[in-house]
Order: sequence, then C-alpha cells, then structure tokens
Amino acid sequence: METSDQKRLLREMIFYRRFEDRTFEAYMERKVGGFLHLYSGQEAVATGVLEMARPGSDYVITGYRDHVHALKAGAPAKEIMAELYGKETGSSKGRGGSMHIFDPTVNFMGGYALVGQPFPLAAGLAKGIKMKGTDQIAICFLGDGANNQGTFHETLNMASVWKLPVLFVCENNLYAIGTAIDRSTAVRDQYKRVAAYNIPSSQHDGQDIDIVMEAAKKAVDHVRSGKGPYFLELMTYRNRGHSMSDAKGYRTREEEAEWAKRDPILIYSERLKKAGTISDDDVKNWEKEIDKEIEDDIVKFAEESPEPRVEDLGKYVLDDNPDPRWIGPLQS
Amino acid sequence: MAEIAYWEAIQRAHDEEMANDPMVIAMGEDIGVVGGTYKATFGLHEKYGDERVIDTPISENSYTGIGIGASMIGVRPIIEIMSINFALLALDTLINAAAKIRYMSGGRVHCPIVMRTPGGTAHQLAAQHSARLARMFMSTSGLRVVTPRSPLDAYGMLKSAVRCNDPVIIIEHERMYNMKEDIPDKEFFRPLEGAEIVRKGTDITLIGYNYSVHLCLETAKRLESDGVSAEVLDLRSLKPLDRETIRRSVEKTHRFLIAEEDEAAVGVGSEIMAVVTEECFYALDAQPVRIHAADVPVPFNRELEKAAIPDVDDVYQGALKVMGKI
Ligand SMILES: Cc1ncc(C[n+]2csc(CCOP(=O)(O)OP(=O)(O)O)c2C)c(N)n1
Ligand SMILES: [Mg+2]
Repeated sequence: METSDQKRLLREMIFYRRFEDRTFEAYMERKVGGFLHLYSGQEAVATGVLEMARPGSDYVITGYRDHVHALKAGAPAKEIMAELYGKETGSSKGRGGSMHIFDPTVNFMGGYALVGQPFPLAAGLAKGIKMKGTDQIAICFLGDGANNQGTFHETLNMASVWKLPVLFVCENNLYAIGTAIDRSTAVRDQYKRVAAYNIPSSQHDGQDIDIVMEAAKKAVDHVRSGKGPYFLELMTYRNRGHSMSDAKGYRTREEEAEWAKRDPILIYSERLKKAGTISDDDVKNWEKEIDKEIEDDIVKFAEESPEPRVEDLGKYVLDDNPDPRWIGPLQS
Repeated sequence: MAEIAYWEAIQRAHDEEMANDPMVIAMGEDIGVVGGTYKATFGLHEKYGDERVIDTPISENSYTGIGIGASMIGVRPIIEIMSINFALLALDTLINAAAKIRYMSGGRVHCPIVMRTPGGTAHQLAAQHSARLARMFMSTSGLRVVTPRSPLDAYGMLKSAVRCNDPVIIIEHERMYNMKEDIPDKEFFRPLEGAEIVRKGTDITLIGYNYSVHLCLETAKRLESDGVSAEVLDLRSLKPLDRETIRRSVEKTHRFLIAEEDEAAVGVGSEIMAVVTEECFYALDAQPVRIHAADVPVPFNRELEKAAIPDVDDVYQGALKVMGKI
C-alpha cells in the first residue's frame, strides 16, 4: 500500500474517533437525544473492510452503531451530525436519528435497531444485485450478539443455497450490552457457527487494520467473484459503554486496560511512526485540523440547520405522490 | 370476458406483471415447482425459472426480509405466506422494517413489496391454521392492507399492488380461491384504495370485507323478501379506510351492521363503529351491530367451528336486530 494511502487511513480513523467523541459531547449538552451507540475502539473493522470494497458502489447495511459505516461509505459527515440533532438537513431528514442513518446516494442502506434484522435485508440487497447482474456486493456489519437471532441462521442458509453476493462481517466485541459472550453463546468463535451452512468463514484480529484489510480483501474477492457469501469475524472491543448510560459493571478495568493497548489507532500510528511514514507532529496536526473541521463545518451545520416542520409530520409514511392508476380511490 | 377462479386471477396477475417487468419476482414456500398451495403461482416456475420464482425454505421472517432488502434497490417481490398464522413469524421484518423504512429514511428508501396470504377459516383446520389477523396489519402505519373479495379484485388489486411504491398486504381467504367470476380478457387494474358499494339499497348498510362481503350479499337477498332494501359495502382496503364512502352510505340508510370473521376485540368492526361515530353519529336511527367470531381459538370440531364463526344466519339475524324486527 502507498504511504499516502496509509496516512489517509490513519487520518480517517482519527476523524471517526473524534467525530464520535464530539457526538458524545453534543449528547451531554442535550443537543442529541435518544440512544447513541459509539464505535470508538472498533474503527479498524469498518475502515479496513470497506477500504477493500467499493464504498459508494457496494451496498452497506448495519445495526444501530452505524455512524462510522455510513461515513466510510461516503455519507457526508455534516448530514450525519445533523441527523443526530434531528434536523431537516440530516441524512434521514431528522426522522431516523443516530440509529437510522440512511444514504442511498452512496448505497448506505441504513442502520437498524432490531438486533439481527439487517441479516435478511443484506441478503435481499444481494438478491437485487444478482438480478441486476452487476458486480457489486452487499456488506452486512453486525455484532456478536446478533448471531443468536433466528435471522442469522435463516439468512445464512438462504444466502448459501442461492449463492448471494453478500459479505457478513461479525464485529465480535465480546459483549451484547452487558452480557459477556461466554454467558450467552455456546461457542465463542462465531466463524465456527457458520460451517453448518457451507459458507467459508474466518476469524482475525480486528484491531490491526493491516490484518483486517488482508482478510477483507480475500473475503471481498470471494464474494465478488460470484462464489456466494462469506463470513468474516473480526475480534474487537468497544472503548465506551454500549450506549450512553452504561456504568460498565459487567467488565473489569484490567480487561479494558489490556484492550486499550490494542487500540486500532494506537497500533496503526505506532506502526507508521516506526516506519518513518509519519511523525508525532503529523498526528497532532491532523487532530487540530479534524477538530476544526468538526466544529466549524460539521457541528455548525447541524446546529444552524432547521428543524423539520411539524406540518410535515405525515410525510414519508406512504408514497407522497402515488400514481392514481394503482391507488385510486375507486369511484363508486 | 371469461369466467375464471380467484386463484386463476391471481396467477394471471403474477404472470402478466412478471412478463411486464423483469424485476418482479415471486417467493414463498412451495410456490415454484409445486405451483403454490392454492395454485396461485401455477406454471410460473417453468416459465420464469429459479431466480424469479423462488421456493423458499420455511423461514418466514428472513425470506420476507430478503424480499424487503431486494425491494429497497428496485426489485418488486410478491411474497406468499402460506397461511396468515405463519405471517406472525414475519412480523419483525414486515412491521419493524418494511412499514418503517420509508419514514425512518426521510423518504429516501422505500420498500415496494407485496405480501399475499390467506386469512380465515376453511374447513376444520383448527386454531393454528384459521387466524384472520387483518386488524393487526391495519393498525400499522406505513402499510397498505387490502382484501379482494372476488376474482376481479384479486387480479386487479394484485397488479396495482405490484406497481405501487408502498408495502401492500393482500389478505385472501381459503374459501374464496375457487370462487368464479367473469373478468375482462384485456389487462386492467383495480385501485388499492376505496370502498365499493356492491349492492345498492336504502334501509340498511351491511359492511363487510374479504369473505364476509359474501355473507352480506346473501343476507341482502334474504332481507329483500322481508321488504328490507339492504346496501352492501365492501371495504376493500382496510388501510387506509375509505371513511367517505362509509359515511355517505350510512347517511343514506341510517342503519348499519359490520360483519367480519375475526374476533371482535380491537378489530375491524370496532374501528368501523368508531369511524361511523366520528363521521355521522347523528345520522344513525338505530343501534348498530357487530357480527364477528366467538372469542375463542378456532375449534377443530365441525359443530364447534360452525358455532365460533359467523355465517349468513348470524348476519341475517344481526340485520333484523338493527331493523328492529327482532
Ligand atoms: C430484537 C432486539 N432485541 C433486543 C434489543 C436490545 N439490544 C440493543 S443492542 C443489544 C446488544 C447487541 O449486541 P451485539 O450484537 O453484540 O452488538 P454490539 O452492540 O456489541 O455492537 C441489545 C440486546 C434490540 N435492539 N433488538
Ligand atoms: Mg457485541
């Protein structure tokens, strides 16, 4: 990989971290309401996988922890922040919020709150791709907890039988809210569960973006070449609580400290520094630039954007301009 | 004009829509090689192949979800659920996803799926194959729910549902699949919205939907010999409801009855009662009546099943009550 790309990737991950940090502040200032699930600590997963795919062209879908997937897919950061603020200029016009970012202009097909629901939706996107005959793929990012839903098993089965071009990425962060994986799930290694459906799968370190990219490239190539689905498990850890009110009583500070040493931004920046690709100053400068962009551009846009009009409450329930030939009403 | 059965009407609509648009697909359990439990997709697998006429595994929630995901990028799936009881397994993807995606995305993504399913009692299928559940779908924002009563509507409404950009639930009925009617040979569409006056009358409005329209029509005939002129109104669309046509009819007849095969509580009948109360309470000359199933899981035993489910006698008795004749 070119050093310029390496620098870009590191800068992207720093941007994602600081973007999430800033949404946390906005939440504390009560400018953002609802649930807010942050991706901090897991950045190498979405960044590395999508770097090996075609963001903007491949379809991406995920759960409620969705800001970074949307950003890497190409959704404008301003619009995501405005969505968190519930503004009319937001990605979903303020109707979805943090958990439901949508941007079909870059084929980011949404964040969903029902754990496990995106599995079949992703396979459906893959079915659509197959019908259109393009070489796009669908990529579904979900947590380890989602694999205990029926949709996991049902969808893997159908995706395999129908050879759908879908990549399932399991972000195994070892917890589903406060329930440790060993307390809820018979098998800790999620990739092993997939063998039952005759889908190739593998498990990798999700904190080292180089490892993620190497694994993702194989997975993406497999799916894109028409061989059917692939299941990629990436071991990761979230820095923060599950959502905003989480005292993290279910895990030890020692465990957190161990994982902090494996922070994806730390690992990658150390590597690039050692190689002489970047200096300490580079990182500091980026952080400054990023914070300025977030403040002057992104947060400002969100704060200054208009609220949706209450008169528009009933918009977007059904097609607002339906064709009378199909809808009628019947004259009687 | 040719006389065709309800199931043939559905089959013809599938065939025409699939021929018209390569993005239309059909999916469901045993709809392909077998041709559908009620033959609604008979012969289509041979004609359109595996990619477009899909025999799914028994995974209602996820195959519905696959249809929904595909619909988000331009596919138009017609999803068959073998019995409305099984649709309970698909409620997450249907109600939490299909019905809400347009809204949650601020109108940027939509899910033009059609879900067809028979809902109703047939002949001793017992409690787990006799659900009706229309009320559950009609109470969900973001869905359209229609109940074609005849081959004409079964054909014309399915075709409209495929072209419409909203998720549409079509509730059929096991006892209607063999019902016959003349329908035009030339292609036509029937709108998804609007109740229909299927028989004009002046003394009482008998309101039905799905199979109960037929009970209302029979009742109207009986009432004629009693010197009562009954108007029969087919709701056709449960969501949205056509409040205007209901109001106009009740304002004309000043009396009404609503007949349904489902249990009463929080149901279509209670909703119609509410609509009339809100729209034209003062037009009423008599206390209205709801005809509905007994509040029990549908029994297996023939006599018990008969007792649980309303028939023409029940609707007729109800109408006499509204008319003050008993
Ligand atoms: C169907 C459903 N059940 C329960 C919840 C509540 N819930 C939200 S997130 C979550 C844990 C999911 O864990 P995992 O899939 O590992 O994802 P993570 O949050 O760790 O990224 C639960 C139980 C939900 N949103 N949906
Ligand atoms: Mg988890």
